[in-house]
Amino acid sequence: MPERNIVEAINNALTEEMERDPRVMVLGLDVGKLGGVFRTTSGLVERFGGARVVDTPLAEASIIGASLGLALAGMVPVAEIQFLGFSAQGFHQIGPQLGKYRQRSRGRYHCQVTIRAPFGGGIRSPEFHSDAVEAQFVQTPGIKIVMPSNPYDAKGLLVEAIRDPDPVLFCEPDRLYRLGRSEVPDGAYTVPFGKAALARKGEQITLVAWSAAVELCLRAAKQLDDEGISASVLDLRTLVPLDVETLCGEVAKTRRCVVVHEAPLSAGFGAEVAATLMEQLFYDLDAPVARVAAYDVPYPPSSLEDYYLPSVERIVAAVRKTLES
Amino acid sequence: MSKNGVVHKRHSVLAVDGTRVAGVQSRMEEELLLEALRWMVKSRLYDQRVIALQRQGQFGVYSPGMGQEASIIGSAMAVDPARDWMVPQYRELMATVHHGLPLEVISAQYLGKIGPARIPEGVKVLPTQVSIAAQLPHATGLAWGLRLRGEDAVVLAYVGEGGSSEGDFHEALNLAGVTKAPVVFFMQNNQWAISTSRRVQSATPSFALRAAGYGFEGIEVDGNDVMAVYDVVGTAVERARAGDGPTLIEAVTYRMSFHNTTDNPSLYQDPEEYQEAHRRDPIERVQKYLAGLGLWDQSRETNLTEELRQEIETALEAAVAAPLPSPRDLFDNIYEHPPERVLRQRAELLDGQP
Repeated sequence: MPERNIVEAINNALTEEMERDPRVMVLGLDVGKLGGVFRTTSGLVERFGGARVVDTPLAEASIIGASLGLALAGMVPVAEIQFLGFSAQGFHQIGPQLGKYRQRSRGRYHCQVTIRAPFGGGIRSPEFHSDAVEAQFVQTPGIKIVMPSNPYDAKGLLVEAIRDPDPVLFCEPDRLYRLGRSEVPDGAYTVPFGKAALARKGEQITLVAWSAAVELCLRAAKQLDDEGISASVLDLRTLVPLDVETLCGEVAKTRRCVVVHEAPLSAGFGAEVAATLMEQLFYDLDAPVARVAAYDVPYPPSSLEDYYLPSVERIVAAVRKTLES
Repeated sequence: MSKNGVVHKRHSVLAVDGTRVAGVQSRMEEELLLEALRWMVKSRLYDQRVIALQRQGQFGVYSPGMGQEASIIGSAMAVDPARDWMVPQYRELMATVHHGLPLEVISAQYLGKIGPARIPEGVKVLPTQVSIAAQLPHATGLAWGLRLRGEDAVVLAYVGEGGSSEGDFHEALNLAGVTKAPVVFFMQNNQWAISTSRRVQSATPSFALRAAGYGFEGIEVDGNDVMAVYDVVGTAVERARAGDGPTLIEAVTYRMSFHNTTDNPSLYQDPEEYQEAHRRDPIERVQKYLAGLGLWDQSRETNLTEELRQEIETALEAAVAAPLPSPRDLFDNIYEHPPERVLRQRAELLDGQP
């Protein structure tokens, strides 16, 4: 079976979906000849032409808003926002427009639109390139939020997103883009939304994460293993829909949980995970749910990002503390 | 003529006194003009009726189009409901009705109805848009997509002069220019964005001039002259259909009423300006002209008014009689495949219902 990294898996998913369905098109900044700043759309314009692979003007609100209109016309747009941090300049077109359009048209219209957006820290990017703002979109119902952490999921979840009749925000972990290759089959397959995956099986504690933080948790779990602590890692894969059943099922087995995310602590999605576990699992927990997150300060210059982001050390410390209580 | 060194000219066919501007031809002659008059009167009568209902607590917050009927109807008549799409803001309600949206459906929306307020299949109208100018990127994308799909459709998108200050206005027009999307941006410059006057909105001498920055034509038209509006929109629609790209039309008109039923223009509007606007009333102008041709008189007006009032009452009665939403509707039409968590919330709400 072929091995692919996340960039190649996404490129493969886009290629196969555009091959399968002539309505699928890609639009955004530099997605054509350049192939995207991370090369995720490399080769698409040569294969499918400039009408279906479109370099747009530098304007996020119209990339997203025009995608809504393209979908109403019967196209299936896959829009790229070059970095999730720049979604702020199109924010009003995502939740209030895309997310609400089915409701505000009383079901007459729906928007089959995928927004792809790389994000995440640790790669020494300039300002606004790293911000993990995914939780902002959880407060705009109508948008599904997909956060793959590995090449297999990246392809399967992207195919699922493109085929979903409703809008999907597909956040790509840029730090993991080329970190390693793993098996990604040729040909279409889907990974369903709302199904969390156990990335590592352990006995004493469950680390809950999504996107690049899953890779961080796996490293932390390995280090904990060396110390004789057995940790599970649960990859939520999608925040909306949230797989409450698997989340509660896995945490019930270990009775202890640490949630890890790259977004700032306060009102991050970790708070939602912790609250859900409190509601559903209070009497099964042996310790309070702990959170390891970025600090409640704006994303710093990259010279400081290693202090700002969650780290293996902070996760290990949180695990030790949780096991002690 | 020249304003601030920039040449532009406001297209006009029918003067304020109901006489024809010399030497200007129009594609809207007697029969179409009588039809336009009928729709303009319908728009005004509907506004008056639902404002009265709103004052009695029987209708939602409402933004009338009074004074702007020539812009609203002249533009709507220039597109083909069978193939063209209409993307409204919210102050051109009767344009959407002209485009096929039943009056009882749009009325039901203002009465908080859900299912009965759904735009029927086959009616090529998007929902009214309260977020100012947010509909313009949709219009560009829709027009671009229709072209990609091989249809010969044109999109007519509405906005106000206030909306032109929004970033979405710039982004949508810029993208339309680049993609040569078959879209006509129809701006009703009614001089007011709630209490903010046109002078505060922009230092540009003419909003139509902005089109030059996007690489397509901008046209200023007397927005109280239904013949002129029909002509310039018709030409723009033909250009778009032929593949020659978008047009920005600034219809210069005046909001002869309030922003909406919560507004009080006496706090900010100069009464003299308001009187002047009445002198320029778009409906009276047509009536004078048609009377001069022997095609209009008091008895015809009385008959038309009576007939339209009946039509409006029938639509409003149907809207009132349509069922109110049930709690079930809260969760419908959000997702095709709702998340488990949303389904549980739905069950929680509905199980609590008798």
